[in-house]
Amino acid sequence: MTTIPDVTRPGPEDTDGHPGSAPDVSLEADALVHAPGPPPGASRPRTALRAAVPPLVLGSALIGLWYVISYVILEPHRRFLLQPPHQVLDNGFLDWDAYSRILRALWNSTQVALIGLGIAISIGFFLATIMSQAKMVERAVFPFAVTLQAIPILAIVPMIGFWFGYGTTARVIVCIIISLFPIIMNTLFGLQSAERGMHDLFTLHHANRLTRLRKLMFPAALPAVFAGLRISAGLSVIGAIVGDFFFGQGEAGIGQLLRRYASQLDGEELLTSVIMSSALGVVVFWTFGWIQKLVIGKWHETEVLG
Amino acid sequence: MKGETDLVMTSNTNGALSFDGIGMIFPDGTEALQEITFSIDRGEFITVVGPSGCGKSTLLRIASGLLEPTAGSVEVDRDRLGYVFQDATLLPWRTVRQNVELLAELHGFDTAERKRLSTAAIDLVGLQGFENHYPKSLSGGMKMRTSLARTLTLKPPVFLFDEPFGAVDEITREHLNEETQRLFQSEGFAGLFITHSISEAVFMSTKVLVMSNRPGRIVASFDVPFGYPRQPQLRFDPEFALLSGEVSLALRGST
Repeated sequence: MTTIPDVTRPGPEDTDGHPGSAPDVSLEADALVHAPGPPPGASRPRTALRAAVPPLVLGSALIGLWYVISYVILEPHRRFLLQPPHQVLDNGFLDWDAYSRILRALWNSTQVALIGLGIAISIGFFLATIMSQAKMVERAVFPFAVTLQAIPILAIVPMIGFWFGYGTTARVIVCIIISLFPIIMNTLFGLQSAERGMHDLFTLHHANRLTRLRKLMFPAALPAVFAGLRISAGLSVIGAIVGDFFFGQGEAGIGQLLRRYASQLDGEELLTSVIMSSALGVVVFWTFGWIQKLVIGKWHETEVLG
Repeated sequence: MKGETDLVMTSNTNGALSFDGIGMIFPDGTEALQEITFSIDRGEFITVVGPSGCGKSTLLRIASGLLEPTAGSVEVDRDRLGYVFQDATLLPWRTVRQNVELLAELHGFDTAERKRLSTAAIDLVGLQGFENHYPKSLSGGMKMRTSLARTLTLKPPVFLFDEPFGAVDEITREHLNEETQRLFQSEGFAGLFITHSISEAVFMSTKVLVMSNRPGRIVASFDVPFGYPRQPQLRFDPEFALLSGEVSLALRGST
Protein backbone atom coordinates (compact mmCIF):
# COMPACT_ATOMS: atom_id res chain seq x y z
CA MET A 1 0.00 0.00 0.00
CA THR A 2 1.49 3.29 -1.02
CA THR A 3 0.83 6.48 0.78
CA ILE A 4 0.66 9.89 -0.71
CA PRO A 5 3.08 12.09 1.14
CA ASP A 6 1.18 14.97 2.52
CA VAL A 7 2.67 18.35 3.01
CA THR A 8 1.27 21.42 4.62
CA ARG A 9 1.53 24.21 2.16
CA PRO A 10 0.63 27.60 3.51
CA GLY A 11 -1.01 29.35 0.60
CA PRO A 12 -1.30 33.09 0.21
CA GLU A 13 -4.47 33.09 2.27
CA ASP A 14 -2.44 32.02 5.29
CA THR A 15 0.08 34.77 4.98
CA ASP A 16 -2.34 37.46 3.98
CA GLY A 17 -2.14 39.52 7.13
CA HIS A 18 -5.07 41.55 8.35
CA PRO A 19 -4.80 45.32 7.97
CA GLY A 20 -2.37 46.73 10.46
CA SER A 21 -0.23 43.65 10.69
CA ALA A 22 3.39 43.94 9.78
CA PRO A 23 4.33 42.81 6.28
CA ASP A 24 4.87 39.08 6.32
CA VAL A 25 8.31 38.93 4.84
CA SER A 26 8.59 35.20 5.55
CA LEU A 27 6.18 34.75 2.65
CA GLU A 28 9.05 34.90 0.23
CA ALA A 29 11.06 32.29 2.08
CA ASP A 30 8.03 30.03 2.17
CA ALA A 31 7.58 30.41 -1.54
CA LEU A 32 11.11 29.15 -2.05
CA VAL A 33 10.36 26.02 -0.10
CA HIS A 34 7.00 25.39 -1.64
CA ALA A 35 8.09 25.61 -5.22
CA PRO A 36 4.95 23.97 -6.64
CA GLY A 37 2.70 26.46 -4.82
CA PRO A 38 1.02 29.48 -6.37
CA PRO A 39 3.29 32.17 -7.84
CA PRO A 40 4.80 34.00 -4.89
CA GLY A 41 4.25 37.48 -6.29
CA ALA A 42 0.53 37.00 -6.79
CA SER A 43 -0.68 38.55 -3.57
CA ARG A 44 2.28 40.70 -2.65
CA PRO A 45 1.23 44.10 -4.04
CA ARG A 46 -2.03 43.91 -2.13
CA THR A 47 -0.24 42.76 1.00
CA ALA A 48 2.31 45.54 0.65
CA LEU A 49 -0.45 48.11 0.22
CA ARG A 50 -2.28 46.85 3.27
CA ALA A 51 0.94 47.05 5.21
CA ALA A 52 1.84 50.54 4.00
CA VAL A 53 -1.46 52.35 4.41
CA PRO A 54 -1.91 52.29 8.20
CA PRO A 55 1.52 53.76 9.06
CA LEU A 56 1.08 56.40 6.32
CA VAL A 57 -2.25 57.43 7.79
CA LEU A 58 -0.83 57.62 11.31
CA GLY A 59 2.24 59.51 10.04
CA SER A 60 0.05 62.10 8.32
CA ALA A 61 -1.99 62.50 11.48
CA LEU A 62 1.17 63.10 13.52
CA ILE A 63 2.40 65.74 11.08
CA GLY A 64 -1.03 67.36 11.30
CA LEU A 65 -0.76 67.39 15.08
CA TRP A 66 2.70 68.92 14.76
CA TYR A 67 1.25 71.81 12.70
CA VAL A 68 -1.52 72.28 15.24
CA ILE A 69 1.02 72.59 18.04
CA SER A 70 3.26 74.97 16.07
CA TYR A 71 0.52 77.28 14.81
CA VAL A 72 -2.40 76.97 17.19
CA ILE A 73 -1.07 76.02 20.60
CA LEU A 74 2.24 77.89 20.59
CA GLU A 75 2.03 81.68 20.52
CA PRO A 76 4.19 83.25 17.76
CA HIS A 77 6.97 84.34 20.15
CA ARG A 78 7.25 80.80 21.51
CA ARG A 79 7.07 79.10 18.12
CA PHE A 80 10.85 78.51 18.13
CA LEU A 81 10.17 75.66 20.59
CA LEU A 82 8.59 73.62 17.82
CA GLN A 83 9.03 75.00 14.33
CA PRO A 84 6.47 73.69 11.85
CA PRO A 85 7.48 70.71 9.68
CA HIS A 86 8.09 72.63 6.45
CA GLN A 87 10.54 74.93 8.19
CA VAL A 88 12.45 71.98 9.60
CA LEU A 89 12.51 70.63 6.08
CA ASP A 90 13.77 73.94 4.65
CA ASN A 91 16.41 74.76 7.24
CA GLY A 92 17.42 71.23 8.14
CA PHE A 93 17.04 68.75 5.32
CA LEU A 94 17.12 71.14 2.33
CA ASP A 95 19.89 73.42 3.58
CA TRP A 96 22.84 71.45 2.22
CA ASP A 97 25.36 73.13 4.56
CA ALA A 98 23.47 72.11 7.65
CA TYR A 99 22.37 68.77 6.29
CA SER A 100 25.82 67.67 5.12
CA ARG A 101 27.23 68.58 8.53
CA ILE A 102 24.57 66.38 10.14
CA LEU A 103 25.22 63.53 7.71
CA ARG A 104 28.98 63.68 8.33
CA ALA A 105 28.44 63.59 12.07
CA LEU A 106 25.98 60.77 11.69
CA TRP A 107 28.47 58.79 9.63
CA ASN A 108 31.14 59.29 12.32
CA SER A 109 28.73 58.01 14.96
CA THR A 110 27.73 55.11 12.74
CA GLN A 111 31.33 54.03 12.42
CA VAL A 112 31.79 54.21 16.18
CA ALA A 113 28.61 52.20 16.71
CA LEU A 114 29.63 49.51 14.21
CA ILE A 115 33.15 49.15 15.64
CA GLY A 116 31.69 48.91 19.15
CA LEU A 117 29.07 46.41 18.02
CA GLY A 118 31.67 44.32 16.21
CA ILE A 119 33.86 44.12 19.31
CA ALA A 120 30.82 43.40 21.51
CA ILE A 121 29.80 40.57 19.15
CA SER A 122 33.27 39.01 19.32
CA ILE A 123 33.44 39.24 23.10
CA GLY A 124 29.81 38.16 23.51
CA PHE A 125 30.07 35.12 21.23
CA PHE A 126 33.29 34.03 22.85
CA LEU A 127 31.94 34.38 26.40
CA ALA A 128 28.63 32.70 25.58
CA THR A 129 30.39 29.81 23.87
CA ILE A 130 32.67 29.03 26.80
CA MET A 131 29.75 29.57 29.20
CA SER A 132 27.81 26.94 27.23
CA GLN A 133 30.71 24.51 27.47
CA ALA A 134 31.40 24.76 31.18
CA LYS A 135 28.74 25.29 33.82
CA MET A 136 31.40 26.71 36.12
CA VAL A 137 32.28 29.50 33.69
CA GLU A 138 28.59 30.26 33.30
CA ARG A 139 28.18 30.53 37.07
CA ALA A 140 31.26 32.74 37.32
CA VAL A 141 30.40 35.13 34.50
CA PHE A 142 26.64 35.37 34.88
CA PRO A 143 26.44 37.76 37.86
CA PHE A 144 28.92 40.12 36.24
CA ALA A 145 27.04 40.11 32.97
CA VAL A 146 23.88 41.04 34.85
CA THR A 147 25.76 43.76 36.74
CA LEU A 148 27.06 45.13 33.46
CA GLN A 149 23.49 45.40 32.28
CA ALA A 150 22.42 47.13 35.50
CA ILE A 151 25.02 49.91 35.31
CA PRO A 152 23.31 53.18 34.40
CA ILE A 153 25.28 54.23 31.35
CA LEU A 154 25.16 57.91 32.26
CA ALA A 155 26.81 57.15 35.60
CA ILE A 156 29.73 55.37 34.05
CA VAL A 157 30.32 57.61 31.03
CA PRO A 158 32.31 60.28 32.93
CA MET A 159 34.52 57.53 34.38
CA ILE A 160 35.19 56.12 30.93
CA GLY A 161 36.30 59.56 29.77
CA PHE A 162 38.45 59.86 32.89
CA TRP A 163 40.19 56.56 32.13
CA PHE A 164 40.30 56.39 28.36
CA GLY A 165 40.32 60.01 27.30
CA TYR A 166 37.61 61.81 25.44
CA GLY A 167 38.23 60.47 21.94
CA THR A 168 37.07 57.60 19.77
CA THR A 169 38.30 54.86 22.11
CA ALA A 170 36.05 56.07 24.89
CA ARG A 171 33.08 56.34 22.54
CA VAL A 172 33.62 52.78 21.32
CA ILE A 173 33.87 51.51 24.88
CA VAL A 174 30.49 53.02 25.72
CA CYS A 175 29.02 51.14 22.74
CA ILE A 176 30.58 47.87 23.86
CA ILE A 177 29.32 48.19 27.43
CA ILE A 178 25.82 49.07 26.41
CA SER A 179 25.44 46.38 23.72
CA LEU A 180 27.32 43.44 25.21
CA PHE A 181 24.69 42.02 27.56
CA PRO A 182 21.97 41.12 25.04
CA ILE A 183 24.56 39.42 22.86
CA ILE A 184 25.90 37.26 25.69
CA MET A 185 22.47 36.35 27.02
CA ASN A 186 20.79 35.64 23.70
CA THR A 187 23.70 33.66 22.36
CA LEU A 188 23.92 31.61 25.54
CA PHE A 189 20.18 31.02 25.53
CA GLY A 190 20.39 30.02 21.88
CA LEU A 191 23.27 27.63 22.43
CA GLN A 192 21.27 25.95 25.18
CA SER A 193 18.10 25.78 23.13
CA ALA A 194 18.78 22.57 21.19
CA GLU A 195 16.33 19.92 22.38
CA ARG A 196 17.42 17.03 24.54
CA GLY A 197 16.43 14.54 21.84
CA MET A 198 18.83 16.18 19.41
CA HIS A 199 21.61 16.04 21.98
CA ASP A 200 20.78 12.37 22.57
CA LEU A 201 21.08 11.76 18.85
CA PHE A 202 24.56 13.31 18.78
CA THR A 203 25.53 11.38 21.92
CA LEU A 204 24.33 8.09 20.43
CA HIS A 205 26.52 8.61 17.41
CA HIS A 206 29.60 9.54 19.40
CA ALA A 207 29.84 13.16 18.27
CA ASN A 208 32.66 15.01 19.96
CA ARG A 209 32.30 18.40 21.62
CA LEU A 210 33.39 20.39 18.59
CA THR A 211 31.07 18.54 16.21
CA ARG A 212 28.19 19.01 18.61
CA LEU A 213 28.95 22.72 18.86
CA ARG A 214 29.35 23.17 15.12
CA LYS A 215 26.52 21.03 13.80
CA LEU A 216 23.97 21.34 16.58
CA MET A 217 24.45 24.17 19.06
CA PHE A 218 25.60 26.99 16.75
CA PRO A 219 22.86 26.55 14.15
CA ALA A 220 20.26 26.09 16.89
CA ALA A 221 21.45 29.35 18.46
CA LEU A 222 21.06 31.47 15.32
CA PRO A 223 17.46 32.67 15.82
CA ALA A 224 18.22 33.82 19.35
CA VAL A 225 21.54 35.30 18.26
CA PHE A 226 19.80 37.44 15.67
CA ALA A 227 17.19 38.56 18.18
CA GLY A 228 20.07 39.69 20.40
CA LEU A 229 21.90 41.36 17.54
CA ARG A 230 18.94 43.51 16.64
CA ILE A 231 18.61 44.71 20.22
CA SER A 232 22.34 45.27 20.55
CA ALA A 233 22.67 47.08 17.24
CA GLY A 234 20.06 49.60 18.36
CA LEU A 235 21.75 49.96 21.74
CA SER A 236 25.12 50.45 20.11
CA VAL A 237 23.76 53.40 18.12
CA ILE A 238 22.45 54.89 21.36
CA GLY A 239 25.85 54.24 22.96
CA ALA A 240 27.63 56.05 20.15
CA ILE A 241 25.37 59.09 20.52
CA VAL A 242 25.55 59.18 24.31
CA GLY A 243 29.33 58.75 24.24
CA ASP A 244 29.68 61.45 21.64
CA PHE A 245 27.45 63.75 23.65
CA PHE A 246 29.94 63.66 26.50
CA PHE A 247 33.28 63.25 24.71
CA GLY A 248 34.29 66.21 22.60
CA GLN A 249 37.66 65.13 21.25
CA GLY A 250 38.23 63.92 17.73
CA GLU A 251 35.73 64.22 14.94
CA ALA A 252 32.36 65.31 16.15
CA GLY A 253 29.56 62.82 15.96
CA ILE A 254 25.85 63.39 16.07
CA GLY A 255 25.88 63.67 19.87
CA GLN A 256 28.12 66.76 19.69
CA LEU A 257 25.85 68.32 17.10
CA LEU A 258 22.75 67.64 19.21
CA ARG A 259 24.45 69.32 22.12
CA ARG A 260 25.50 72.34 20.07
CA TYR A 261 22.11 72.83 18.40
CA ALA A 262 20.33 72.51 21.73
CA SER A 263 22.52 75.11 23.37
CA GLN A 264 22.12 77.48 20.39
CA LEU A 265 18.35 76.99 20.32
CA ASP A 266 18.59 75.86 16.67
CA GLY A 267 15.26 74.07 16.71
CA GLU A 268 15.19 73.12 13.03
CA GLU A 269 18.70 71.61 12.97
CA LEU A 270 18.10 69.95 16.33
CA LEU A 271 14.95 68.25 15.08
CA THR A 272 16.67 67.24 11.85
CA SER A 273 19.49 65.63 13.85
CA VAL A 274 17.02 63.83 16.09
CA ILE A 275 15.07 62.53 13.10
CA MET A 276 18.26 61.40 11.37
CA SER A 277 19.47 59.63 14.55
CA SER A 278 16.19 57.78 14.77
CA ALA A 279 16.44 56.94 11.09
CA LEU A 280 19.89 55.48 11.70
CA GLY A 281 18.47 53.29 14.46
CA VAL A 282 15.70 52.11 12.15
CA VAL A 283 18.13 51.39 9.31
CA VAL A 284 20.38 49.40 11.63
CA PHE A 285 17.44 47.42 13.01
CA TRP A 286 16.12 46.79 9.52
CA THR A 287 19.53 45.77 8.19
CA PHE A 288 19.94 43.11 10.84
CA GLY A 289 16.43 41.90 10.16
CA TRP A 290 17.36 41.58 6.52
CA ILE A 291 20.54 39.66 7.31
CA GLN A 292 18.52 37.41 9.62
CA LYS A 293 16.07 36.68 6.86
CA LEU A 294 18.90 35.87 4.47
CA VAL A 295 20.58 33.51 6.90
CA ILE A 296 17.75 31.69 8.66
CA GLY A 297 14.57 32.77 6.85
CA LYS A 298 14.41 29.57 4.86
CA TRP A 299 14.04 27.28 7.83
CA HIS A 300 13.04 29.37 10.84
CA GLU A 301 9.36 29.66 11.71
CA THR A 302 8.98 33.11 13.22
CA GLU A 303 8.36 35.91 10.84
CA VAL A 304 10.81 38.74 10.69
CA LEU A 305 9.37 42.15 11.37
CA GLY A 306 10.61 45.27 9.65
CA MET B 1 -1.29 -16.19 19.75
CA LYS B 2 -1.43 -19.14 22.04
CA GLY B 3 -1.85 -17.31 25.26
CA GLU B 4 0.86 -16.38 27.65
CA THR B 5 4.13 -18.15 27.20
CA ASP B 6 6.87 -18.42 29.79
CA LEU B 7 6.90 -15.29 31.90
CA VAL B 8 10.49 -15.56 32.96
CA MET B 9 12.67 -15.72 29.92
CA THR B 10 16.15 -16.99 30.01
CA SER B 11 18.87 -14.67 28.86
CA ASN B 12 20.20 -15.40 25.43
CA THR B 13 23.73 -14.19 24.89
CA ASN B 14 23.48 -14.85 21.16
CA GLY B 15 20.84 -12.18 20.71
CA ALA B 16 21.54 -8.97 18.85
CA LEU B 17 20.30 -7.21 21.98
CA SER B 18 20.00 -8.86 25.40
CA PHE B 19 18.84 -7.47 28.71
CA ASP B 20 19.96 -9.43 31.73
CA GLY B 21 18.31 -8.62 35.05
CA ILE B 22 18.00 -4.91 34.33
CA GLY B 23 16.92 -2.76 37.25
CA MET B 24 16.77 1.00 37.39
CA ILE B 25 16.37 3.18 40.42
CA PHE B 26 16.68 6.91 39.75
CA PRO B 27 18.61 9.15 42.14
CA ASP B 28 15.32 10.50 43.52
CA GLY B 29 14.42 6.98 44.63
CA THR B 30 11.91 6.19 41.88
CA GLU B 31 12.18 2.56 40.88
CA ALA B 32 11.54 2.51 37.15
CA LEU B 33 12.48 -1.02 36.13
CA GLN B 34 12.81 -4.33 37.91
CA GLU B 35 14.41 -7.57 36.76
CA ILE B 36 14.02 -7.11 33.02
CA THR B 37 15.46 -10.07 31.15
CA PHE B 38 14.88 -10.83 27.49
CA SER B 39 16.73 -10.81 24.24
CA ILE B 40 16.09 -10.03 20.61
CA ASP B 41 17.67 -11.73 17.64
CA ARG B 42 18.03 -10.48 14.11
CA GLY B 43 14.76 -11.12 12.34
CA GLU B 44 12.80 -10.59 15.55
CA PHE B 45 10.59 -7.61 16.17
CA ILE B 46 9.59 -7.30 19.79
CA THR B 47 7.15 -4.69 21.02
CA VAL B 48 6.83 -3.66 24.64
CA VAL B 49 3.42 -2.32 25.59
CA GLY B 50 2.70 -0.86 28.97
CA PRO B 51 0.84 1.91 30.78
CA SER B 52 2.17 5.45 30.58
CA GLY B 53 5.12 6.12 32.84
CA CYS B 54 5.93 2.43 33.40
CA GLY B 55 9.55 2.85 32.33
CA LYS B 56 9.30 1.68 28.73
CA SER B 57 11.35 4.57 27.39
CA THR B 58 13.84 4.14 30.20
CA LEU B 59 14.46 0.63 28.91
CA LEU B 60 15.41 2.00 25.48
CA ARG B 61 17.65 4.65 26.96
CA ILE B 62 19.42 1.87 28.85
CA ALA B 63 19.65 -0.27 25.72
CA SER B 64 21.27 2.58 23.81
CA GLY B 65 23.70 3.49 26.57
CA LEU B 66 22.18 6.94 27.14
CA LEU B 67 21.43 5.72 30.67
CA GLU B 68 23.36 3.34 32.92
CA PRO B 69 21.15 0.77 34.69
CA THR B 70 21.55 0.41 38.45
CA ALA B 71 21.34 -3.37 38.15
CA GLY B 72 21.93 -5.97 35.47
CA SER B 73 23.64 -5.66 32.13
CA VAL B 74 22.92 -5.05 28.46
CA GLU B 75 24.66 -6.73 25.57
CA VAL B 76 24.47 -4.94 22.25
CA ASP B 77 26.75 -3.55 19.57
CA ARG B 78 26.36 0.20 19.95
CA ASP B 79 28.44 1.17 16.96
CA ARG B 80 25.56 1.48 14.52
CA LEU B 81 22.56 1.47 16.78
CA GLY B 82 19.30 2.64 15.25
CA TYR B 83 17.21 4.81 17.55
CA VAL B 84 14.00 6.52 16.51
CA PHE B 85 12.79 9.00 19.09
CA GLN B 86 9.28 10.05 20.11
CA ASP B 87 9.82 13.30 18.25
CA ALA B 88 11.30 13.21 14.80
CA THR B 89 14.24 15.29 16.20
CA LEU B 90 15.03 16.73 12.79
CA LEU B 91 17.41 19.65 12.65
CA PRO B 92 15.22 22.50 11.36
CA TRP B 93 18.08 24.19 9.51
CA ARG B 94 18.70 21.12 7.38
CA THR B 95 16.66 19.96 4.40
CA VAL B 96 15.21 16.46 4.32
CA ARG B 97 18.29 15.20 2.49
CA GLN B 98 20.72 16.95 4.82
CA ASN B 99 18.86 15.55 7.82
CA VAL B 100 18.94 12.06 6.39
CA GLU B 101 22.68 12.40 5.82
CA LEU B 102 23.42 13.57 9.37
CA LEU B 103 24.30 10.21 10.92
CA ALA B 104 26.48 9.18 7.99
CA GLU B 105 28.18 12.55 8.43
CA LEU B 106 28.75 11.94 12.13
CA HIS B 107 30.20 8.54 11.28
CA GLY B 108 32.63 10.15 8.85
CA PHE B 109 31.37 8.83 5.51
CA ASP B 110 32.48 10.78 2.44
CA THR B 111 30.14 12.93 0.37
CA ALA B 112 29.52 10.42 -2.42
CA GLU B 113 28.76 7.63 0.02
CA ARG B 114 26.46 9.88 2.04
CA LYS B 115 24.59 10.84 -1.08
CA ARG B 116 24.19 7.21 -2.11
CA LEU B 117 22.99 6.14 1.35
CA SER B 118 20.57 9.03 1.71
CA THR B 119 19.09 8.50 -1.75
CA ALA B 120 18.47 4.84 -0.98
CA ALA B 121 16.95 5.62 2.42
CA ILE B 122 14.73 8.40 1.05
CA ASP B 123 13.46 5.96 -1.58
CA LEU B 124 12.79 3.35 1.10
CA VAL B 125 10.47 5.64 3.04
CA GLY B 126 8.84 7.17 -0.05
CA LEU B 127 10.06 10.74 0.34
CA GLN B 128 11.33 11.19 -3.22
CA GLY B 129 10.67 14.71 -4.40
CA PHE B 130 10.88 16.19 -0.91
CA GLU B 131 14.66 16.09 -0.55
CA ASN B 132 14.99 19.86 -0.55
CA HIS B 133 12.14 20.62 1.81
CA TYR B 134 12.82 21.99 5.27
CA PRO B 135 11.15 20.27 8.23
CA LYS B 136 8.84 23.23 8.87
CA SER B 137 6.99 22.45 5.64
CA LEU B 138 6.53 18.74 6.39
CA SER B 139 3.55 17.05 8.05
CA GLY B 140 4.05 15.00 11.21
CA GLY B 141 4.02 11.76 9.24
CA MET B 142 6.64 13.00 6.79
CA LYS B 143 8.87 14.20 9.59
CA MET B 144 8.72 10.72 11.08
CA ARG B 145 9.58 9.17 7.70
CA THR B 146 12.58 11.49 7.45
CA SER B 147 13.62 10.38 10.91
CA LEU B 148 13.25 6.73 9.86
CA ALA B 149 15.28 7.35 6.70
CA ARG B 150 18.01 9.02 8.73
CA THR B 151 18.32 5.92 10.90
CA LEU B 152 18.15 3.56 7.91
CA THR B 153 21.27 5.11 6.32
CA LEU B 154 23.40 3.31 8.91
CA LYS B 155 21.82 -0.07 8.15
CA PRO B 156 21.52 -0.70 11.88
CA PRO B 157 21.49 -4.33 12.99
CA VAL B 158 19.43 -3.25 16.01
CA PHE B 159 16.59 -0.76 15.67
CA LEU B 160 15.05 0.86 18.73
CA PHE B 161 11.72 2.68 18.38
CA ASP B 162 10.58 4.88 21.25
CA GLU B 163 6.84 5.40 20.61
CA PRO B 164 7.66 7.08 17.32
CA PHE B 165 4.14 7.27 15.92
CA GLY B 166 2.33 8.55 18.99
CA ALA B 167 1.93 12.07 17.65
CA VAL B 168 0.51 11.32 14.19
CA ASP B 169 -3.11 10.69 13.28
CA GLU B 170 -4.58 7.18 13.17
CA ILE B 171 -4.52 6.68 9.38
CA THR B 172 -0.96 7.96 9.04
CA ARG B 173 0.01 5.76 11.94
CA GLU B 174 -1.37 2.68 10.21
CA HIS B 175 0.53 3.55 7.04
CA LEU B 176 3.70 4.01 9.04
CA ASN B 177 3.12 0.66 10.77
CA GLU B 178 2.80 -1.03 7.41
CA GLU B 179 5.98 0.62 6.19
CA THR B 180 7.86 -0.25 9.34
CA GLN B 181 7.06 -3.94 9.01
CA ARG B 182 8.01 -3.74 5.34
CA LEU B 183 11.37 -2.20 6.35
CA PHE B 184 11.78 -4.85 9.03
CA GLN B 185 11.33 -7.46 6.35
CA SER B 186 13.65 -5.90 3.79
CA GLU B 187 16.39 -4.79 6.20
CA GLY B 188 16.24 -7.74 8.57
CA PHE B 189 17.18 -5.83 11.72
CA ALA B 190 16.34 -6.81 15.27
CA GLY B 191 13.55 -4.46 16.30
CA LEU B 192 12.55 -3.28 19.76
CA PHE B 193 9.44 -1.10 19.62
CA ILE B 194 7.85 0.77 22.50
CA THR B 195 4.22 1.81 22.33
CA HIS B 196 0.96 1.88 24.20
CA SER B 197 -1.10 1.05 21.15
CA ILE B 198 -2.01 -2.63 21.21
CA SER B 199 -3.05 -2.87 17.57
CA GLU B 200 0.21 -1.26 16.50
CA ALA B 201 2.09 -3.79 18.63
CA VAL B 202 0.27 -6.84 17.32
CA PHE B 203 0.33 -5.67 13.73
CA MET B 204 4.10 -5.27 13.46
CA SER B 205 5.71 -7.64 15.92
CA THR B 206 6.86 -11.21 16.12
CA LYS B 207 6.36 -10.97 19.87
CA VAL B 208 4.54 -8.61 22.24
CA LEU B 209 5.72 -8.11 25.81
CA VAL B 210 3.45 -6.51 28.40
CA MET B 211 5.06 -4.35 31.04
CA SER B 212 3.50 -3.64 34.41
CA ASN B 213 3.03 -0.31 36.10
CA ARG B 214 6.06 1.19 37.83
CA PRO B 215 8.35 -0.45 38.68
CA GLY B 216 8.19 -1.90 35.18
CA ARG B 217 8.39 -5.69 34.94
CA ILE B 218 7.58 -7.97 32.03
CA VAL B 219 4.31 -9.61 33.11
CA ALA B 220 3.17 -11.32 29.92
CA SER B 221 4.53 -12.38 26.57
CA PHE B 222 2.62 -13.19 23.40
CA ASP B 223 4.00 -14.75 20.24
CA VAL B 224 2.37 -13.27 17.17
CA PRO B 225 1.76 -16.09 14.67
CA PHE B 226 1.10 -14.04 11.52
CA GLY B 227 3.58 -14.22 8.66
CA TYR B 228 5.10 -11.32 6.74
CA PRO B 229 4.36 -9.28 4.75
CA ARG B 230 1.26 -8.38 6.70
CA GLN B 231 -1.55 -6.77 4.79
CA PRO B 232 -3.60 -3.87 6.18
CA GLN B 233 -6.71 -6.04 6.26
CA LEU B 234 -5.04 -8.27 8.84
CA ARG B 235 -6.36 -5.73 11.36
CA PHE B 236 -9.89 -7.01 10.62
CA ASP B 237 -8.95 -10.69 11.05
CA PRO B 238 -10.75 -12.37 13.98
CA GLU B 239 -7.49 -13.93 15.16
CA PHE B 240 -5.92 -10.47 15.22
CA ALA B 241 -8.82 -9.19 17.33
CA LEU B 242 -8.59 -12.14 19.68
CA LEU B 243 -4.85 -11.68 20.25
CA SER B 244 -5.30 -7.94 20.72
CA GLY B 245 -7.96 -8.69 23.29
CA GLU B 246 -5.66 -11.00 25.21
CA VAL B 247 -2.86 -8.41 25.22
CA SER B 248 -5.37 -5.81 26.36
CA LEU B 249 -6.50 -8.07 29.19
CA ALA B 250 -2.93 -8.65 30.32
CA LEU B 251 -2.29 -4.90 30.18
CA ARG B 252 -5.35 -4.20 32.33
CA GLY B 253 -4.32 -6.85 34.79
CA SER B 254 -0.92 -5.21 35.10
CA THR B 255 -2.14 -1.82 36.30
